[in-house]
Amino acid sequence: MSTDLFPKMAQSIIDGDSDAAVALARQAVESGLDPLEAISKGFVVGVNTVGEAFAKGDAFLPELVMAGEAMKAAIAVLEPEMQKRDMTRTMLGKVVLATVEGDIHEIGKTLVGTMLSASGFQVYDLGVDVPSAKILAKVKEVDADIVGLSALLTTTMVKQKEVIDVLDKEGLRRKVKVMVGGAPVTHDWVQKIEADGYSEDAIGAVTIAKQLVGAA
Amino acid sequence: MPTPIKSITNPKLRLEVLTPEEIRKIHEATLWIIEHAGVRFPSKRALDIWQSFGASVDAGKSIVRAKGRIIEEALEQAPAAYTLCARDPSQDLPLDGNHVFVGTDGCGVEVLDIETGARRTSSLRDVSDIARIADATAEIGFHWVPVSAQDMPPETRGLHEVKAIWENSSKHVQTESIYNEREARVAIEMAAVLAGGGEALRKRPLLSLMQCTAPPLGQDGGSLDAALLAAEAGIPTGFMTMAACLTTGPATLAGNLAVGNAEVIAATALLQLAYPGAPVFYAAAQTASDLRSGAYTGGGPEDFLFGAAQNALADFYNIPLSMGSFATGAKEPNWQAGVENSLSTFMACVAMSDMLLGVGLLHGSRIWSYAQMMMDCEIFSIIHKTMQGIVVDDETLALDTIAAVGPGGNFLTQKHTLKHMRDVFLPQFMDRRPYNEWEAKKDDARDWALAKARKTLAGHQPDPLDRKLSAEMARIIKSIEEGNK
Ligand code: B12
Repeated sequence: MSTDLFPKMAQSIIDGDSDAAVALARQAVESGLDPLEAISKGFVVGVNTVGEAFAKGDAFLPELVMAGEAMKAAIAVLEPEMQKRDMTRTMLGKVVLATVEGDIHEIGKTLVGTMLSASGFQVYDLGVDVPSAKILAKVKEVDADIVGLSALLTTTMVKQKEVIDVLDKEGLRRKVKVMVGGAPVTHDWVQKIEADGYSEDAIGAVTIAKQLVGAA
Repeated sequence: MPTPIKSITNPKLRLEVLTPEEIRKIHEATLWIIEHAGVRFPSKRALDIWQSFGASVDAGKSIVRAKGRIIEEALEQAPAAYTLCARDPSQDLPLDGNHVFVGTDGCGVEVLDIETGARRTSSLRDVSDIARIADATAEIGFHWVPVSAQDMPPETRGLHEVKAIWENSSKHVQTESIYNEREARVAIEMAAVLAGGGEALRKRPLLSLMQCTAPPLGQDGGSLDAALLAAEAGIPTGFMTMAACLTTGPATLAGNLAVGNAEVIAATALLQLAYPGAPVFYAAAQTASDLRSGAYTGGGPEDFLFGAAQNALADFYNIPLSMGSFATGAKEPNWQAGVENSLSTFMACVAMSDMLLGVGLLHGSRIWSYAQMMMDCEIFSIIHKTMQGIVVDDETLALDTIAAVGPGGNFLTQKHTLKHMRDVFLPQFMDRRPYNEWEAKKDDARDWALAKARKTLAGHQPDPLDRKLSAEMARIIKSIEEGNK
């Protein structure tokens, strides 16, 4: 039975159909299928298909985002089963992502998060207008590898530096890489605040993140 | 003598982008959204106002759901027409539905240097330089803060910016770079210094404020508090929606219009509930996000339609409109910039938007180009001329002259021609030279536009601002900066 589940799983992701993905994940758990296999032979195949079509220009952003959402939904169902079996999915790294304090621009940050998740990062998206202290707390809580900071205003970019300073003060700066982005962020600014990387779009963000965790 | 401001008035062209029935449908959909989905107002002050007028408030989520009646009655309080005042009263701008005025674009982050052409971070000096050129340019009716003064402290940046514009131009200043109560309070204090006190400012608002909504269906807390403060002081205030198809709004145009409309009229109603009769305007810069990257496009057919449709909505609510046009995504002044800015501006003009924002920025409102500024002004001039349409009367039919020339011959020697030749549009930046002349130089609009900007900057002396007023504004800013330490 498992053999015909895999293509269905992939298809549910390609269709961006979270309900179908959840139902298939439940079926997998009930029938005792290895959850890691369900992911790697089923759902991930769908993510890759959409990703490739997107890269070629055949698929559009909403399809990519919906595929990502369906994937997340499926994994949420499989997670308890993995814990039960003492299995962990290998992720490329943990990323804490936020739009900085005083700034409510959301779309760019969210797209970066979607792309990072789809590429195998564990993403903790804290939303918009997030104080530096809250970012720091999350970094400690989840033992993050990367912090991603979005700032779209010249008046809030300074908060990117503030987060870097806070990490430094806590002795975390060596361990945690910082990548930044947003409309006013330039190469000069990145050098000035000594961030580890930046990108002008979500695809570039994935490339940078992979470099930062040594997975490129 | 200031150059008279060029505006479109008494247009002969018309466009019905939405029928009255369609407008009513969008309006009803909007009221339904406000009552059922609700709009987020993350400001204690705003939530208290809504509560006291009987709206349902979810304090935990800051979501307001209001009955259509509350919204409609509030909007009826808004004045249909008022004047944006300038330091020089001959440059006042009547927002009366029969004028289209153009402003500079705002909040750019980089500048293509006027001398070297190199792309670099924007500074206070750029704000002054651009204001000075705008002051001398007939097509420009008022200012936005064109780029951010990134060499000034973030907490008082918006104040340094408006001061620099007032010092370099006698035209009206609208700021879109102040989005918290603290800075708004001081900006209004500075405007009052210029106007000669708070009451004088209320009568002659030398400053107006533009705030963004936070699509989908939200507001920004700082912007709300700043707007409430401005409304209290009689400073004209508008809320701009940027709800974009695919990302912050539905993929369909009508649905996206309804989302944006809900944000704008809910925020506008709030100001009217708090301060009935306060001068307000509707502002919009809706677009469709790019299908591949999600980027803000600012120049597709969707933008052009929104440009006209939103004016129909503002007319329905009987308040002035500020419309985003000239919002090209082009990286340099080029074909794309020409197409996008011409069409977006044409559609917004033919619908008679009161204010158009604005000239000069490239790359989706990020990079300032002096050449683009001047070429955008020429686009407006072309549309200005087009909007005058074709006048048909005895004089323009010119039968006597036609009879005098008869079949064959030409009209160059006719008095009638001499009398009317200056009605014919003469472009500044279009290449109509012989081919060989172009071949020898290979220059074009961009070179001529830049040259004009340079010449204006070097030669134009704006009506100077009284030194004492300048010093007083500087003192106010300084006291804030010292207080911040
Ligand atoms: C849409 C928009 C808004 C919307 C946002 C809606 C939402 N829910 O997100 C609203 C209407 C709320 C808004 C509000 C304001 N805005 Co605004 N906004 C924009 C606009 C037009 C597009 C932004 C966008 O969504 N782009 C689409 C996404 C996909 O692109 P992106 O955000 O750039 O993200 C990509 C990259 O930058 C990168 N990236 C982003 N983050 C990160 C993070 C990491 C870690 C990495 C690696 C990469 C990365 O990857 C992303 C995906 O490709 C920009 C102009 C522009 N062209 O950028 C102005 C702009 C950013 N806004 C601006 C301003 C001034 C404001 C306001 C202050 C206006 C006002 N007076 O109210 C308010 C700010 C309120 C606040 N406190 O934050 C200015 C800022 C410049 C400046 N001088 O500071 C801009 C540049 C426009 C302008 N010239 O006026 N805005």
